[in-house]
Amino acid sequence: MIAKHRSTQNVHRFAVFTAACTFFLLIAGALVTSNDAGLSVPDWPLSYGSLMPPMIGGIFYEHGHRMVASFVGILSIILAVWLWRVASRLEPSRRWLRWLGIGALGAIVLQGVLGGLTVLFFLPPPISSAHATLAQLFFTTVAAIALFTSAWWENEPVVPRRDFATPSIHTLGIFTSCAVLVQLILGAAFRHKAFGIIPHVVGAVVVTGLIFWFAGTLKRRFASVAELRLSARLLHVLIGVQLLLGGAAYWSRLYAASFPQPIPVMVTLTVAHVVTGALVLMSAVLTTLLCYRLVRSAGAAVTAPAARATAAD
Amino acid sequence: MSKSLWYFAAAVTLAAALVSCGGKSNQPAETAAPAAATGGGKTVDSATAGTVTGTIKLDGKAPRPKNINMAAEPNCAKEHSTPAQTEDVVEGDNNTLQNVVVYLKGDFSQYSFPNATEPVMIDQKGCQYHPHVLALQTGEPLSVVNSDPTTHNIHPVPKDNREWNESQPPGAQPIMQSFARPEFAPPIPVKCNVHPWMKAYIAVFNNPYYAVTGKDGSFTIKNVPPGTYTVTAWQETYGSQDQMVTVGPSESKTVDITFKANSAASD
Repeated sequence: MIAKHRSTQNVHRFAVFTAACTFFLLIAGALVTSNDAGLSVPDWPLSYGSLMPPMIGGIFYEHGHRMVASFVGILSIILAVWLWRVASRLEPSRRWLRWLGIGALGAIVLQGVLGGLTVLFFLPPPISSAHATLAQLFFTTVAAIALFTSAWWENEPVVPRRDFATPSIHTLGIFTSCAVLVQLILGAAFRHKAFGIIPHVVGAVVVTGLIFWFAGTLKRRFASVAELRLSARLLHVLIGVQLLLGGAAYWSRLYAASFPQPIPVMVTLTVAHVVTGALVLMSAVLTTLLCYRLVRSAGAAVTAPAARATAAD
Repeated sequence: MSKSLWYFAAAVTLAAALVSCGGKSNQPAETAAPAAATGGGKTVDSATAGTVTGTIKLDGKAPRPKNINMAAEPNCAKEHSTPAQTEDVVEGDNNTLQNVVVYLKGDFSQYSFPNATEPVMIDQKGCQYHPHVLALQTGEPLSVVNSDPTTHNIHPVPKDNREWNESQPPGAQPIMQSFARPEFAPPIPVKCNVHPWMKAYIAVFNNPYYAVTGKDGSFTIKNVPPGTYTVTAWQETYGSQDQMVTVGPSESKTVDITFKANSAASD
């Protein structure tokens, strides 16, 4: 039992490390677009016919992004294999974790292919937008793996809360997460010139409303549950920051339009807006997962909690 | 490890290998066979052909060029003793405008024009394109030269022609390309994604009746068959201006066009 607990905790730490590296990869990717460096390396998968081109100008961002992506790809392979081995030894109800690791690995392989296609076909907006969105989905998936392998998640809650209200907190969480994902797609489509800003602005209004509804409901119905209270507070903070960053990023793009090259303030604000969007998605999804873990809907049966596994077992 | 995981790993490896075998390096792009500009078959009678000349000017104050920050690329910065500047609006003496594409719009379908085979050169020097604006004919060779001690990628972004993007290390051979279709309203923007301040424009025509103004803002279009034409001037900041001209046999006509400094391009 001690060995099983320790190996889950080790894979949890590795998942956290992978999620952190993925967040850094999101920054690297956003820097490529904001610096208009997406096509500074015309070939793929090599860069200027080699593994290490001169790291000058836009090549620094584009090839640097490829290097970080390769590193995260290696981490994903290790995570998938490790998770498969660890999860295979868990109780049957948790063995599905193996497939989440495989799914994450599949996602980053697909990301690599999409990235290559953006280069080979000169940044077609649908593929560039898919590449941007899948990056954020992959980040959320790895963060979810970290949550599922955490010691906290492994421990059965003593008494799950009940939710008798309508809509249920689960429904709110799913709707909010889906709305955030759609908003990220609209943002990516604007950033990669598929269409204008209006859909993304409308989406911002919808998402803000849903996040306030979701987070507000969490605080009202489950004020005594620390995890849900903190999640609600995080969602409030993130959406506030994201709205400010969105306005600032758009202003900076208009201001920078007359400059001969991307300027630091525009690059910083647009990159910050992109990665904060990823954090909003991750928070909404993980909060929804917490709701499923800690709260039972009105119609669900509540089973007697299993004996809690401890390190002494 | 279970069988299913081995199969999946094999599938991922195979997919990665297949993708790795793809990829585009500096393969020569398809070059359109130099086409006759029009198919009419008739040649312009030089005995009756005329000339259209003129000067392009700016009414008002031109915006001040912006300094380009090349600090991120020392190989570029060291080529300039003073900061390089943008070339959106290059004004000469007496308010004349450089880098304006001037062309005739009319019915040239009855004429055939000789294939233009002499390459038109664009040079990357001091991490700027020289010239900033150029014009050539469909099928006419474009020679891209890198005179800089650094790597560039040259990336035209056309609407009606095939897009391409090629890298060019220092000392590399000139890249030879051409454009199969006319594209001049607006011209094709060209950029370098390694050095995002680099910008140029290429106008492509299917006849020889075009010019790009020099430092004195003047243009000359020769061997024009008698007829009535629209003279169009395009400038990247101010857009397009038109004037009508009728050229009689062996006549030389002067068409001066003035852009207003407070107008902006919508094309």
